[in-house]
Amino acid sequence: MTIPRPTRIRLGLWYLGILHAAVLLAGFLAPYPFAEQHRDFPYAAPMAIHWFDRQGAFHLRPFVNGLVPDLASGQYREDPAQVFPIHFWAPNHAAASGWLPAPRRLFGVTEPGVVFLLGSDGYGRDVFSRLVYGGQVSLFTGLLAAGLSLGLGLAMGTAAGFFGGWTDALLMRGAELVMALPWLYLLLAVRAFLPLHISTLQAFFLLIAIIGGVGWVRPARLIRGVVLSARESGFVQAARGFGAGPAYLIRRHILPFTAGVVLTQATVLIPQYILAEVTLSFLGLGVGEPVPSWGNMLAEARQYHALMNHPWLLAPGLAAVPILLGYITLADALTSRHGS
Amino acid sequence: MRYVAGRLLHGVALLVLVSVFSFAFAHLAPGDYYTELRNDPRISGATIEGLREQAGLHGSLARQYAAWGASMLKGDFGYSLAYQGPVAPILWERLRATLLLTGAATVLAWLLAVPLGIWNAVYRGTWKDTAARVGLAVLILIPDLLLAILFLLLAVETGWFPVGGMRSAEFPSLGAGRKVADVAWHVALPAAVLVLGLLPVLVRHVRASMAEAIDAPFGQAARAHGIPLRRRLFRHLLPAALNPLVSLFGISIGTLLSASLLVEVVMGWPGLGPLFLDAVMARDFGVVLAVVMLSTAFLIAGNLVADLLLYGLDPRIRVK
Repeated sequence: MTIPRPTRIRLGLWYLGILHAAVLLAGFLAPYPFAEQHRDFPYAAPMAIHWFDRQGAFHLRPFVNGLVPDLASGQYREDPAQVFPIHFWAPNHAAASGWLPAPRRLFGVTEPGVVFLLGSDGYGRDVFSRLVYGGQVSLFTGLLAAGLSLGLGLAMGTAAGFFGGWTDALLMRGAELVMALPWLYLLLAVRAFLPLHISTLQAFFLLIAIIGGVGWVRPARLIRGVVLSARESGFVQAARGFGAGPAYLIRRHILPFTAGVVLTQATVLIPQYILAEVTLSFLGLGVGEPVPSWGNMLAEARQYHALMNHPWLLAPGLAAVPILLGYITLADALTSRHGS
Repeated sequence: MRYVAGRLLHGVALLVLVSVFSFAFAHLAPGDYYTELRNDPRISGATIEGLREQAGLHGSLARQYAAWGASMLKGDFGYSLAYQGPVAPILWERLRATLLLTGAATVLAWLLAVPLGIWNAVYRGTWKDTAARVGLAVLILIPDLLLAILFLLLAVETGWFPVGGMRSAEFPSLGAGRKVADVAWHVALPAAVLVLGLLPVLVRHVRASMAEAIDAPFGQAARAHGIPLRRRLFRHLLPAALNPLVSLFGISIGTLLSASLLVEVVMGWPGLGPLFLDAVMARDFGVVLAVVMLSTAFLIAGNLVADLLLYGLDPRIRVK
């Protein structure tokens, strides 16, 4: 690649930052609250946005047509006679939902018109809105769980590497124990032993605790290695010689040394954990209806006869792709050395 | 020999420790199989307590563990409250299916990854290498879950592949050859998903490790001697590049088992995955523990095999 490394890192951070901000601003970006049902329009296909009307005249304000059920095909047909202009920056009358309720929303149409950018699901809920809200759960589970894993990994890895001896032996044997189980089996087993029927918020934090708590082993091992080499380096030995205590040494000299490996691990763990959330919610062990997550939205696509006629239900699975792309490029840029 | 015995002992110790911890976890878990039964209004609280008593859930942790451990060693693999019987008979059937799927996927993935990785390493820096790497990078971006759903859709839309299951309905009446073909036909799509998930990682490692061997002084010397490319690759370079790949084989077993769980559930493969998920949902801890122990045993065995292979292949380890 000819793009220099700092630029690549900066680009990756901006790209991911924008995606995460978009998801945080779901209250503003989504035309509908995530649970709002349009019972007249289940399984509507993604709708076209029009600029030209029947006569071919151009409208600066785009519009959507009304939907009419087509009994022959079981789908919907656009009725060109019904025109619903799209209002931008419209006041948000809907009850606040999600984390950041917004007083206005980016776009919407007046009732009885509907706008489904990515179609609607079996309850007539807007897939696009649910996708954006679902990102709040999926992306932030990934971020927070990775934070937890790295925090635990940092504590365990630093303790093991710095103090050595029985601390090291105990922690590393414990790590081996966790590594002895295949990852997803471990995740499911831990989930199995915790209560099944819990509220959405509890489920959200439970997911973070499980995914993050199970994953500390790999970062801990890597951090331990870095700490081991830092402990023997000249500047640490010198500080020790001047009478520095362990707390000071770790804080001032060892922890800054681990920044590189922690950052790289973050870019590896976050996408992995986003997928873990998607997997658990898909299997029905994560965040439950009606709160959307990409995983429980995909669960609807599991019935293949539903999916065959309504392929837009796959959208939450595809939504993960640009996120993964961002994190993988960032990880790539962080680990690449000059010249290669 | 001492090395082999040491590794074996280490694996067994690990297995025992995992069993202690997971059993303690299951015991401390809030609620059990009967908690879910309580939602049924026809069953009284007293009945449930009686059932608990009968299942031996009132004994001390140590006594319960001893009973469970004994049943594990006897080959019953614990007692399933949902199936009202020892877990083993249910387990073996499922285990065979998972082994078939993951085994096929492993063989296929390595058979593809080694030539592809070598080819990439040889053509390093050319457009062929770049094209292959871009293709694999795209593959890594697609989550296994999405891939499994897409392949399922493909099977339904085209009708070329069966949807779910391991055998056709007329399986018992088929001849031996047709039986094999039937199972292969059923395993094709789930295995393909696993292979596509595993391939990018494997190829990257094969490529890196081969590239290192090609650049090493002995590799350059072999080239200067005029040894033909194919002989050089397979006689000189591949054996030298094998070490990290053998370790990777051990590590990839865990990844494969995890991916397999998901693929089995999505694509309806009657392996350990769906059994495990159902047991988790029903809080049938007997089955949960048995599957946990089995998958752990697999992973440990995989790492053990990798260790022993390394020991056999690399004299440097024997000296150390």
